[in-house]
Amino acid sequence: MNFDSFGAFLAMGGHGPYVWGCYGLTLLVLLYNLLAPGRRQRRFVREQAARQRRSGGP
Amino acid sequence: MAKAPGLFWGQFRRDAALALRQPGELANPLAFFLLVITLFPLGVSPETAVLAPLAAGVLWIAALLATLLSLEGLFRRDRDEGTLEQLVLHGDPLVFAVLARLTVHWLGTGLPLTLLAPLLGAMLALPEAARWPVTLALALGTPILVLLGGVGAALTVSLRAGGVLLALLVLPLFIPVLILGVSVAELAVAGLPTGAVLAWLGAGAALALVTTPFAIAGALSIAVETG
Amino acid sequence: MKFPAPLVRLWHRLGSPRWFFETTAPWLPWLLGLGVALLGAGAFWGLALAPADYLQGNSFRIIYVHVPSAILAQSCYMLMGSCGVVLLVWRMKLADMVLEAAAPIGASFTALALATGAVWGKPTWGTWWAWDARVTSMLILLFLYLGIMGLRQALQRPEAAGRACAILAIVGLVNIPIIKYSVDWWLTLHQPSTFKLTEKPAMPPSMWIPLLLSVLGFYALFIWSVLQSTRVVVLERERRTQWVQNFVAAEGSKA
Repeated sequence: MNFDSFGAFLAMGGHGPYVWGCYGLTLLVLLYNLLAPGRRQRRFVREQAARQRRSGGP
Repeated sequence: MAKAPGLFWGQFRRDAALALRQPGELANPLAFFLLVITLFPLGVSPETAVLAPLAAGVLWIAALLATLLSLEGLFRRDRDEGTLEQLVLHGDPLVFAVLARLTVHWLGTGLPLTLLAPLLGAMLALPEAARWPVTLALALGTPILVLLGGVGAALTVSLRAGGVLLALLVLPLFIPVLILGVSVAELAVAGLPTGAVLAWLGAGAALALVTTPFAIAGALSIAVETG
Repeated sequence: MKFPAPLVRLWHRLGSPRWFFETTAPWLPWLLGLGVALLGAGAFWGLALAPADYLQGNSFRIIYVHVPSAILAQSCYMLMGSCGVVLLVWRMKLADMVLEAAAPIGASFTALALATGAVWGKPTWGTWWAWDARVTSMLILLFLYLGIMGLRQALQRPEAAGRACAILAIVGLVNIPIIKYSVDWWLTLHQPSTFKLTEKPAMPPSMWIPLLLSVLGFYALFIWSVLQSTRVVVLERERRTQWVQNFVAAEGSKA
């Protein structure tokens, strides 16, 4: 372990906001990329199911 | 292939005649070029000391924007009138017609722009040492702009309002030309040889000349085939 | 030239979006698990265990997210250029679907690389933004991504959009090295002076192993993301086929 305490780990020797900001941003972008396809698929299934019901099913 | 010169010159004559029939449209990009160059001394500073180091960059950026502005109409009228469809479906290789169209377009925009550059350079206090190198660089660089821009124009030909998208597509591709063009001026002002950079521009023009017409022809046939 | 038979078979199967959809389904959880594990290990090691850089202190730990996103940003464009070639030469529908799915993902990684680079620049260079060669190339790459996405959105018919984007992706791919070299050369002409990030003394293993882990983790998550998005595009484009309608009916009854 490179840090003496959890507080030092968070502070990153004064660079805390930069380091944690970058990791936070990365987490956001990764989460977006991981969640977006699922959302798009659920929307497609919902809309397509409605279309299929209207046209009398497959 | 034996038909190639005929295909080229036939299209060239038709396009040149069409272009000459509407001199106003020919003059528009040029007027725009002049206008942008007028804005800089007013917006930045009219002082020689400030303008001189910026002059080459201003000339090039104005040339980029003027070329960009002229591109939207490159294939638009052909498409609206249905002549594009005929060209694509005719069966003759489209590349030669494309080359002819781009040549006429360059003669109408890039060439006058290049010829005006020494004059406008003087207005912008472009250092004397850079005057002819920059003009030569424009002569070699503007064909690349027209060729690369042609790809963007062909890709967006079926769009009603494709202007902003066209800018987004082609301006990033113009960046190497801008860099080389401006550095010619910097080297000349510093008293260094500019031959190598001019040779790179020439190589770029040759490369663009043999590759982009195929991309443009491909893009145009996509636009026609898929309506 | 003769290719081995299994490769030829795979190539023919790739022509079928349905085959792709059904084959990739079991891979997804594994890829996701692998990506999360690798990236988690890399990030923990990089954040907590790796020693601080003797020059930059702890801000260098940003490298473990900045470098992988920059690598992915470029790899994704290569993937798109290759898909463009496959689409135009062999008319493979799947290539167009990957091209559509990958563009926003690549753009997001490019933006992430730029953003983390800017944040890293503040403590290191003393400024959020410097016209460094790599920063500038990355910004231009972002414009190329936005251009492809804009073109696809503007062209209504999927077939026209796909082939037009393929041409644009190929033109961009040819141009990327030219842009990169010209920007590099331009900035050496203007001597990038004081900021120098490139002078890395050879990294000790305790610094580069976590970097390797997090690059691999990013790759796994990227592949997961592209596969998953492509699967959705497959469903959308093939929605008139029987198998998609059956799939939707089955999904609908589950919900």
